Amino acid sequence: MRVLIPSPLQSYTCNQGQVEATGVKLYDLLCNLDSQYPGIKFRMIDEQDRIRQHIKLFVDGQQASDLNCVLKPASEVHIICALSGG
Amino acid sequence: MQGSTEKRILLLIGTRKGAFTLSSTGLRQRWTLSGPLYLGHIVYHFVPDPRDQRTMLMATKTGHLGPTIFRSNDRGGNWTEIKTPPAFPKVANEADARAVESVFWLTPGHWSEPEVWYAGTSPAGLFRSEDGGDTWESVSGFNAHPNYVDWTKNGATPGGQLLHSILIDPSAHEQMYLSISVGGVFESSDQGKSWTPLNKGCAADFMPDPNVEYGHDPHCVVLHPLKPNRLYQQNHCGIYRLDLPSKDWVRIGLNMPEAVGDIGFPIVLHPRNPDCAWVFPMDGSTVWPRTSPEGKPSTYVTHDAGQSWKRQDKGLPAGNAYFTVKRQAMTADTSESVGLYFGTSQGEVWASFDEGESWGCLAQYLPEIYTLAIAEYA
Repeated sequence: MRVLIPSPLQSYTCNQGQVEATGVKLYDLLCNLDSQYPGIKFRMIDEQDRIRQHIKLFVDGQQASDLNCVLKPASEVHIICALSGG
Repeated sequence: MQGSTEKRILLLIGTRKGAFTLSSTGLRQRWTLSGPLYLGHIVYHFVPDPRDQRTMLMATKTGHLGPTIFRSNDRGGNWTEIKTPPAFPKVANEADARAVESVFWLTPGHWSEPEVWYAGTSPAGLFRSEDGGDTWESVSGFNAHPNYVDWTKNGATPGGQLLHSILIDPSAHEQMYLSISVGGVFESSDQGKSWTPLNKGCAADFMPDPNVEYGHDPHCVVLHPLKPNRLYQQNHCGIYRLDLPSKDWVRIGLNMPEAVGDIGFPIVLHPRNPDCAWVFPMDGSTVWPRTSPEGKPSTYVTHDAGQSWKRQDKGLPAGNAYFTVKRQAMTADTSESVGLYFGTSQGEVWASFDEGESWGCLAQYLPEIYTLAIAEYA
């Protein structure tokens, strides 16, 4: 399925803004992303598998509140970096 | 000899928005600014490895992303992200679940363990690498200590609870020290397997009981490499010296001018004289501006282990200058006439090549400076 990558994480994806990844649940998809682009998961998810404060994950346009969110084969996952201020 | 053209000095500069370097020959007459490196990344610590004279580690995060470490194996020429950043063990109980917010401190290990590094984090955690910083393990002797919760219960400073000043005794690799803001100084005599508080004599004026065993706020603790039983400490509540085996810190800051006080972040030692140290006082009154007292920045030096202090402000602004110098942002080189360097929250790098007697500005307009470190190559 298609995953949209924000600019702060594109250093991991060879500057690609969208990549393909697989997974039954959102957590699986992030693990699959990490296997393709080592290190990318820990920048979004902490060691207790919690989504970091300024990262938002949208599945098919809806914000996912946890990583157990079930994905469909044609789902689109959108990773958002949310931060303001200087 | 005041320096040589063969020697190369690199000043590693970590800022809130990326890393830079200033480089010079040993003559220290002309400095070249390079960078930015990792522009936009928050660089908490940027440290060379004096053991192999080539490795550097840089502890970073960004506003959005979790913490990581970058490593160079060629004196800063090329950089790669390490494999596994410091992280607490995963636990089932949410109440006990700790996650590293930032890697705040990096210390190369003992000379007998050339691949070992230590890292201090926020929230307070101690981590060890045995492969040159590529992978890290939680040091359970501290992070899972039965008293850990008690030692760290007084919460965080506004920048988070910081574990810093990880010190390895060069004469005995099993002897270690670490400090926590807020938590205090702790000592280990078995390479981190067990720890005990080391705060007797230090004030904790902000506590209901100022004579507590732990809960203090050390800002920066240093150990003299040629006299490792001597520690100095710039604390939230004064400047101290400890001469082991005594366990009583002595408040040498009481010998500072009363109008200036003895509050600050950094303390820097002369590389060859254990009686000589520099501090950069700040205003710790009322709401803690943490700027130069009365807007008049100056270093203060002691040549007698803190019995007396001398003001050193030649070349620094005479007024209307509200510098803040953070705990990692002041350092020294090892030249015969020791070079001193400090970086400000206004993005300026100041240097003295006559042991603080006179100062000049090496760089301006950088982002807020968090850390300075010196790498010297023959």
